[in-house]
Amino acid sequence: MSLINYASREINCKIVYYGPGLGGKTTNIKYIYSKISPGIRGKLISLATELDRTLFFDFLPVDVGNIKGFKTRFHLYTVPGQVYYNASRKLILKGVDGIIFVADSQIERFDDNIDSVENMKENLAVIGLSIIKLPFVIQYNKRDLPNISSLDKLESILNPMKVPYFEAVATQGIGVFDTLKACSKLVIRTLSR
Amino acid sequence: MPFESVNIFEQDFWEINENLEMLRKQANAESVLLIDKAGQLITSAGDVSEIDISSFASLSAADFAATSQLALLIGESEFNTLFHQGKKLSLYVSVISQSVILVVIFSQRTTLGLVRLKVNNSVKNLEMIFRRIFEKLGTVKEEKEQEFGEDFFEEADSEIDNLFT
Ligand SMILES: Nc1nc2c(ncn2[C@@H]2O[C@H](COP(=O)(O)OP(=O)(O)OP(=O)(O)O)[C@@H](O)[C@H]2O)c(=O)[nH]1
Ligand SMILES: [Mg+2]
Repeated sequence: MSLINYASREINCKIVYYGPGLGGKTTNIKYIYSKISPGIRGKLISLATELDRTLFFDFLPVDVGNIKGFKTRFHLYTVPGQVYYNASRKLILKGVDGIIFVADSQIERFDDNIDSVENMKENLAVIGLSIIKLPFVIQYNKRDLPNISSLDKLESILNPMKVPYFEAVATQGIGVFDTLKACSKLVIRTLSR
Repeated sequence: MPFESVNIFEQDFWEINENLEMLRKQANAESVLLIDKAGQLITSAGDVSEIDISSFASLSAADFAATSQLALLIGESEFNTLFHQGKKLSLYVSVISQSVILVVIFSQRTTLGLVRLKVNNSVKNLEMIFRRIFEKLGTVKEEKEQEFGEDFFEEADSEIDNLFT
């Protein structure tokens, strides 16, 4: 649930990047950080291990601007994808308004994607949420690599609800903003609910 | 279920602000911040212009969330307070109505004992206010629909398009 402050007329929404370890969540958020103007974004906070794996989360606040008198801001978070860090993932999901699932397209990571989706559903259930009701988009990342599953195969298994999906090469920024835009718009539309 | 984040209305907001300002004065603290459990600042009292608020709020919530989990692991339901001591500034963190985090930033102009005492008093007041807010939340759907209609969405969409290109 987003924070709507009617007194100071601010809206803050929380978007979480979810997905298997090494899928490219942090790469997405770092690309966004590098491309949007410093005037509208805050600091990028990365709580990571020495090997650059996300330990707790990455966090980036982005000002969308003034919409009908409401100062609107998105808070972007990534979870740590490594199976081991599930306690952290649960905590980051609290108060989530929208989810971007970053799948790793590589054939050998196919099952990790499935496991991660299942894990996401379980963790949402614990806090009384369901992916069916949340703004949700999928990003098939690493499309530049040779050993990847076909889009059809990924879609048929990972996207039974037919939510919006995007092919991406996060390291080059391809698909990164399209994914974020789609999720942001869905989140804004749930504000009246 | 405790709320993860909250919508605040005008009148409650001012009352909350008054409470925070009073706490800051009585505890002789530098500043007081109120943050929801999703890591977003609700409001603050005192001079916080030197602080990167978004970072501070998200890390406070993460800190509190992590500590709460530690509590569970040793069989405590929740640690109600956290204390981080620094050379110049220290933090005293407590939870209100299981859903909002109160952070007091204080220096050596005051003492932990005084801060703790004053926080305890304020927490009671703030809990009353938040209980009222949560009760109201169930009945506000209409107002939200007026505020966030189709033209709000259109404007938001175009802002989002401009921003992320
Ligand atoms: N070839 C290729 N490599 C990518 C792409 N996106 C990310 N990577 C690489 O994949 C590795 C892992 O990326 P991260 O963004 O750290 O992955 P993560 O999902 O944040 O991983 P965790 O923090 O462990 O959950 C890095 O070496 C990236 O450079 C991509 O589109 N193509
Ligand atoms: Mg990461």
